[in-house]
Amino acid sequence: MKGPPLLQVKGLSHRFGKFRVLQNVSLEVERGVLAALIGPNGAGKTTFYNVVSGRFPPSSGKIVFKGKDITGLPAHRIAPLGLLRSFQITNIFNNLTVLENVLAPLVLRHGRGFSMLRSLRKRRSLYGEAEAVLERLGLAEQARRPARELAYGDKRLVEIAIVMALQPELVLLDEPTAGMTPEETDRMIGLVRELAEDSGVTFFLTEHDMKVVFSVAARIHVLHQGRLLAEGAPEEIRAHEEVREAYLGGSLDA
Amino acid sequence: MEIFVLNLLNGLSWGMLLFLIAVGLTTVFGVLGVLNFAHGSLFMLGAYLCMQAMRIFPSFWLGLLVGPLCVAVLAAIIERWLLRPVYGRDITFQLLLTFSILLVLDDGVRLVWGPGYHVVDPPALLAGTFPLFDHSYPVYKVFLVILGSATGLALWFFFQRTRWGRIIRAAASDREMAEGVGIRVPLLYNGVFAFGAWLAALGGALASPQQSIGPSMGERIIIESFIVVVSGGMGSFPGAFLGALVLGLLESFGAVFAGRFQMALPFILLATVLLARPRGLFGKEA
Amino acid sequence: MGAEGFQRLSKVRLPAALWLALALSPLFLPTYWVIILTEILIMALFALGFNLLLGFTGLLSFGQAGFFGTGAYAAALLLEHGPPSLLLALACGGLSAALAALVVGYLCVRRDEIYFAMLTLGFGMMLFTVAHNWREVTGGSDGLPVFSVPPLEVIFWEWSLFSPTVMYLFTLITVTAGTLFLWRVVHSPFGLMLASIRENKERLAFAGGPVRSLRLAAFVIAGLVSGVAGALFCLFNHMATPDIMHWSFSARPVLMTILGGAGVFLGPALGAALFFILEHFITDVTESWMFFLGCVLVPVVVFFPRGVLGTLLHRLEKGGRA
Repeated sequence: MKGPPLLQVKGLSHRFGKFRVLQNVSLEVERGVLAALIGPNGAGKTTFYNVVSGRFPPSSGKIVFKGKDITGLPAHRIAPLGLLRSFQITNIFNNLTVLENVLAPLVLRHGRGFSMLRSLRKRRSLYGEAEAVLERLGLAEQARRPARELAYGDKRLVEIAIVMALQPELVLLDEPTAGMTPEETDRMIGLVRELAEDSGVTFFLTEHDMKVVFSVAARIHVLHQGRLLAEGAPEEIRAHEEVREAYLGGSLDA
Repeated sequence: MEIFVLNLLNGLSWGMLLFLIAVGLTTVFGVLGVLNFAHGSLFMLGAYLCMQAMRIFPSFWLGLLVGPLCVAVLAAIIERWLLRPVYGRDITFQLLLTFSILLVLDDGVRLVWGPGYHVVDPPALLAGTFPLFDHSYPVYKVFLVILGSATGLALWFFFQRTRWGRIIRAAASDREMAEGVGIRVPLLYNGVFAFGAWLAALGGALASPQQSIGPSMGERIIIESFIVVVSGGMGSFPGAFLGALVLGLLESFGAVFAGRFQMALPFILLATVLLARPRGLFGKEA
Repeated sequence: MGAEGFQRLSKVRLPAALWLALALSPLFLPTYWVIILTEILIMALFALGFNLLLGFTGLLSFGQAGFFGTGAYAAALLLEHGPPSLLLALACGGLSAALAALVVGYLCVRRDEIYFAMLTLGFGMMLFTVAHNWREVTGGSDGLPVFSVPPLEVIFWEWSLFSPTVMYLFTLITVTAGTLFLWRVVHSPFGLMLASIRENKERLAFAGGPVRSLRLAAFVIAGLVSGVAGALFCLFNHMATPDIMHWSFSARPVLMTILGGAGVFLGPALGAALFFILEHFITDVTESWMFFLGCVLVPVVVFFPRGVLGTLLHRLEKGGRA
């Protein structure tokens, strides 16, 4: 089913001082099409995500999400619209339990952030939803443990759980398999595929692990030195001359 | 015109003294990442020890030498045994620790020297006044202006042009890297902290002929130093200089136009600067 | 007894027993101690409000005395110029402090950590300056005495607050109400938001959390509680003085919280008790009790960052699990 593009980025440029990190990047992400952003180190992928998710406004350019101009909006205004991101360096609520990690975004989604005089514990429905999310991600057994005690791979899952609890439409996944063992990586790939299929979430991920990218992405965008080098289906990208050069040959064949 | 010049001189002399104290505080923060709540207490200790030294050998200059040196030694001990175990904990925590040290020092002074106030005379050389317009202006205040500027210049030269100065700045910006190239960072930290304390204590000793020495000296000065350091930019040398001058002049001229609300001026300065420029005038990105 | 059993005991029965002991204490304690207990309770409420910011939201405020004092002065002004109602005095104290906290907080919550602490210190001192110098309204450095303290009226009975026991019980009830209110807030969805901000405010923002507004709300609540405590203090002392707005007074809830433990809800209350007990026993020997307080605090801060209550509970919990 095609509709208007979920995310449209037009002429996005960003500078840190004199250093031009992004130069005139334009791309579109379609709903339901799992997309990936790749590029060698320093290509500007994280900056791209930072700008789109609202961490800081871009030097110039436009970002349109679901037809609405979100350029320059702060992160906490973009998230409720359905555009979320996960972080490359695990960014969870360490001293809260795994369950609380998921409860917090749920509270926000239900607009109960300022509810001060009701007991949290009595909100059975919230707890039910939280447990369902944990169940979905295989974290149900760890629910009562403080998040900091979890294994690294599980912490990355909590990262995803926080995002999924918000029922997003587009998720920017920043290197979801970073630092994972091969088994954990396979689990993550499977999970991303499943979530993409049954929850109607569109994932836009960035990765260094080419195996992950080529096994899940339907459309790939390549960033190089801040510019969009190429975009297209995986086979096209694999065969693309300039892309191969940018990666100095070889690393595309994971 | 006269009043203007008088206030200007007063403001500059107080500002220079503030600068001496604030630069120690900001340097310690810049290098160690610690905002030392007890810095004002070290200032006060410098005054007390100078006074005490003068009771033994009646020479201001000797007191000026001995007092701050003793405080520096004490500071080195504090850094080694109390601060070093807790680097890496967050800044709130360090504020709490140094505040507790403040309590020990401030009341400790009361235990040793009693709660009363003491007076110290300026040295004979600087005790006089000179005619300025229709008034007699104390030589000592002018001395402070000159000394403060000279110290500022010397410090600037030290940090910018000497090898040790560069080493300290390197360790401040990247501790791991500095350790990697063989700089013994713990020793360096200890030295810098002691140096900062020395500057504060020197300020205290220098201040003693001008104001009465008492147990509440530290309280007032720490707030003013915080205001200077935070407004000027934490860890910034020019920030400390500018901040101190501005505050000194503000307090001096403020007595004229702000009337009974002049004690609020430093806080209004702080709030205004922080709200306009979140990191202070010369502060760096977090 | 396992960890679960201990949890149940500590959560309900221990505090209840403690409260009962407190309520009955005038029967077996000399008047001198009843008066000290009253002050402990007032400062405990002050510290609990402060800890909403430090322990739960991760914000260190060095200006809470400004709101404590605002509450005290508001109560004093009301009692001198307005209707003689105790409830109104408390409400006035709380609301005026909350209003002040709204204004100050709006300017402070946009900054983090050290800058937040400095800004709150600065604004607290500005409030102090007003109290100290606005002689016409606040009585200047002499303070504002309260000559007519209305009696406590419950249905048919009337008790004078000049009786230490009555003042104590009135304080106990008010502080209990305040404490229950804070307990509610901490265990509400909003409370979870505060804890999330403390843990990782960036993550909450990226999940759609309006961090600044949430912090402001916490700041206002802390101000409200401080104001009520201040109003109580005014009734207790029959006057409002500027020194309770000075930054050194702001240090009190900070110290009490470190002593008792910021991570446990009642930690600051225990800290308040410890603070006064220490003061009482040390000032018998020497006037320089802050010196000894400092000597106690330094090892607490370095070796027991959880505070007394926090460390105790942590050890018991670990023992229960093992």
